[in-house]
Amino acid sequence: MTRDMSYDAVMARRPEIMKEAVGIDYELFESGSVAFDYEKMMRETGYSLNEIEEIQGKTGVGNTPVLELRNLTELARKFAPKGKGARIFVKDEASNPSGSFKARRAATACYHAKKLGYKGVIAATSGNYGSAVASQAAMQGLKCIIVQECYDSRGVGQPEIIEKARACEAYGAEVVQLSVGPELFYTFLVLLEETGYFNASLYSPFGIAGVETLGYELSMEFREREGKDPDVVVITNAGGGNLTGTARGLIKAGATHTQIVGASVSLQGLHMASDTQFNKKSFTTGHTGFGIPYATWPDRSDVPRSAARPIRYIDRYVTMNQGSVFYMTELLAQIEGLERGPAGNTALTAAFKLAQEMDEDQIIVVQETEYTGAGKHINPQLTFARENGIKILIGDPSEEVPGENIILPKDPSYIKIEELDMNKNRKSLIRNAINHIHATKVTKEDLEFLVEETKSNMEFVKETLNELGVSY
Amino acid sequence: MDAKRGDWVRIRNVVLEVGQRSTSIPEDTQNVPLEMWVKGFLLDESANIGDKVKIETYIGRTVEGNLLEVNPYYKHDFGKFVPELLYIGRQARELLAKDGE
Repeated sequence: MTRDMSYDAVMARRPEIMKEAVGIDYELFESGSVAFDYEKMMRETGYSLNEIEEIQGKTGVGNTPVLELRNLTELARKFAPKGKGARIFVKDEASNPSGSFKARRAATACYHAKKLGYKGVIAATSGNYGSAVASQAAMQGLKCIIVQECYDSRGVGQPEIIEKARACEAYGAEVVQLSVGPELFYTFLVLLEETGYFNASLYSPFGIAGVETLGYELSMEFREREGKDPDVVVITNAGGGNLTGTARGLIKAGATHTQIVGASVSLQGLHMASDTQFNKKSFTTGHTGFGIPYATWPDRSDVPRSAARPIRYIDRYVTMNQGSVFYMTELLAQIEGLERGPAGNTALTAAFKLAQEMDEDQIIVVQETEYTGAGKHINPQLTFARENGIKILIGDPSEEVPGENIILPKDPSYIKIEELDMNKNRKSLIRNAINHIHATKVTKEDLEFLVEETKSNMEFVKETLNELGVSY
Repeated sequence: MDAKRGDWVRIRNVVLEVGQRSTSIPEDTQNVPLEMWVKGFLLDESANIGDKVKIETYIGRTVEGNLLEVNPYYKHDFGKFVPELLYIGRQARELLAKDGE
């Protein structure tokens, strides 16, 4: 019998393909209504923090250095009121085997795949996660396929994405490159079905639990070093897994007073699935094109229930322009001697500004750096931008128009962040959850779930449901 | 003849033609096919650029497509000179030096 490989037929087989490829029966956590048991999913399909530390330790993942950015702190203080300017630290995740924190996620996913007897792993990613999965697969003796959205219809690809493909191939993975479009998911399903490999999804409980060690390490390191937990941890936010995992790790360490700030580059006005706009953006990750849709509807990912649910943990969410992140990337190299890729520097840009609001004796931590190199460096990225008609200017970042120009701040005082309205995001999460199952009435359990899911309170959830005309 | 059996090559094929694409995506994307590029060892005895061929990928999968490139290599680099970046380090060092002495 030959299987129907048409788009519609393959998409219709999605639930069974996924069940085979992730080894999780998500129905076990469903209530049949809006609520699902998130903690039960994390508990029963994940690993304990100690087990994960052990798994990661075997392949040299984790326990990355924490560095104090003294010069950057001093520079921030020059633009802060007297007595303000928190100490800025960075967790140098670039020292993981594949050059980013993503090794933490990949280590647990690959370990789990191996344990369950899968012959290989597949991940859909254009970013650091690809090289992380490829690297871990190599260490654990698994075959690996990385599926990338890579080129526009002219065959032009961003140097950063192409560099990731190179890294994946260096680790012995097969890289399937696609042109722009969300139907990448179709190819992904076809490959899972054809190979029977494990879906090393970014959004599985193993992947997210893998990041918990990052938050846990932060708390332990700061308690040992400074005698207290960090006051603020800033996290570059894209799909939400980094933020979710780090925040959960901090909570597991008991660091419940540490404020969690999400940071994304604002790409307002650019459509992520547009062939012509694909190469007009100069950020492949850490931008609002991923940050907002994934935060307000986590279950749009490649597994039935995403373990990355950032709104449960975000206290503040700030954005900045692309130019400021390029500027901070250059600054990090110039005055701190750390040449790193731009993704983590999104959070660094936010930290530079946020430090100026905080007291001098407070601590703000950027919890991630990533490797840089040909294609991933700011030079090729700005060259690529210029070749795609984007103007590179020096001036006021708040005048930047994504897809038209990149504005480098004139001096450090021009680094600006915008506050995102979290209540707006919380409301849209509730709306999406309701619309997804076409609910007209929700249960008491649903109400409690939505309070947790939005890190809000019963009054807020009820008020939002009233606006939506949903009874409870 | 551009390639012979066993050569490392790159192929291209169309996954979804125009008209088969999802209707929920922007029009400019719907108006172009969804393409795919894969690399592997040529399984045909010989082939020319543009021919429909079979390859075995590095991990051992067989894939069909049109021959695009033989001995494909990466052309990405550190980009061209970006003069706009030059002020950043010097300015910051100057600001830090001001009352640092």
